[in-house]
Amino acid sequence: MLDFITRLFGQQKQSRETAKERLRLVLIHDRASISPSVMGELKEELIAVISRYMEIDEDAIEINLSDVEDSVALVANIPVKNLKRTAQA
Amino acid sequence: MGEALVITSGKGGVGKTTTVANLGTALAKRGNTVVLVDADIGLRNLDVVMGLENRIVYDLVDVVEGYCRLRQALIRDKRVEGLCLLPAAQTRDKNAVNPEQMVALIEELKEQFDYVLIDCPAGIEQGFRNALAGAQRAVVVTTPEVSAVRDADRIIGLVEASQLPTPTLVINRMRANMVKHGDMMSIDDILEVLAVELLGVVPEDDYIVVSTNKGEPAVLHNNSKAGLSYRDIASRIMGEDVPIPVPAESEGLIVRLRRMFGSR
Ligand SMILES: Nc1ncnc2c1ncn2[C@@H]1O[C@H](COP(=O)(O)OP(=O)(O)OP(=O)(O)O)[C@@H](O)[C@H]1O
Ligand SMILES: [Mg+2]
Repeated sequence: MLDFITRLFGQQKQSRETAKERLRLVLIHDRASISPSVMGELKEELIAVISRYMEIDEDAIEINLSDVEDSVALVANIPVKNLKRTAQA
Repeated sequence: MGEALVITSGKGGVGKTTTVANLGTALAKRGNTVVLVDADIGLRNLDVVMGLENRIVYDLVDVVEGYCRLRQALIRDKRVEGLCLLPAAQTRDKNAVNPEQMVALIEELKEQFDYVLIDCPAGIEQGFRNALAGAQRAVVVTTPEVSAVRDADRIIGLVEASQLPTPTLVINRMRANMVKHGDMMSIDDILEVLAVELLGVVPEDDYIVVSTNKGEPAVLHNNSKAGLSYRDIASRIMGEDVPIPVPAESEGLIVRLRRMFGSR
């Protein structure tokens, strides 16, 4: 009954929506043929490269493939803690 | 010259064998000559679903290896005129046959039958490649679940990468009531991500279990909802324009409230 009431007032996210969203995301990865482990490697290498130029918050990094109007984009959110002082004069 | 269709899915247990048995029976009932080919070598099922398991003498591998003539291995279904089964070998593995041999076999069958329906094994390995080898058209079966649709997407890609045209889709085990309550993906949800043509929708139907128990395809039973859907799909395969009934979509809050308070 409680289940019915929460659904009636649409507070609960219905599992159909959850299924659609999960399917959409998993297909983006499948179609781009990038597995989670490859994404992990990509992330490690990005961290290594960017860390040479700035101090970044490694734990807060988010790297995802997402679909932007029919095409797939690699979206990275990399919080910067500090810019490194350049050695050059 | 007949036409060969492969029924495939990627994910196992979504209803390929059920679909082959019912479509084949429905097509034969419509006056076509039909042969059902069980390409699931090592895990044969179609014979049992069709209720023909006690009549097997030779199998597909025997034919391919030349131990018997094709004619000797075909089992004629006594219930429906024009319907035959070519059973899979149970004690061999999928590598006992190669795609070239399948092409030759299916060609020979197409000369004798209007429709050749090939029951593909689950997976994307050798058995899948064998099942696809001789076919002109592919039908992908899925259920309204994330894992099944995901695998269907992969299979559609693999079918397109072979020489075949884009497959059509059968959505099996649909539960209109669950869709209505927002707990199952709808036909549109699935078509939106897969972007293929819909061949038919088969409802979840307890009678499928009964028919599998008996070895009698559900299309032989007039009251089976799944059987009715399969008859429609058979008509569409024959090129007839039979509309696909779309169950009501999820209702909005207002509709639900109205219904609750008795007004319409
Ligand atoms: N529409 C339906 N309603 C109820 N039960 C169904 C329906 N379709 C299939 N089933 C049941 O689901 C099970 C799997 O079906 P089936 O053997 O046809 O799948 P499959 O894709 O051929 O499996 P496999 O990948 O193992 O070959 C069976 O027990 C069958 O009775
Ligand atoms: Mg099967």
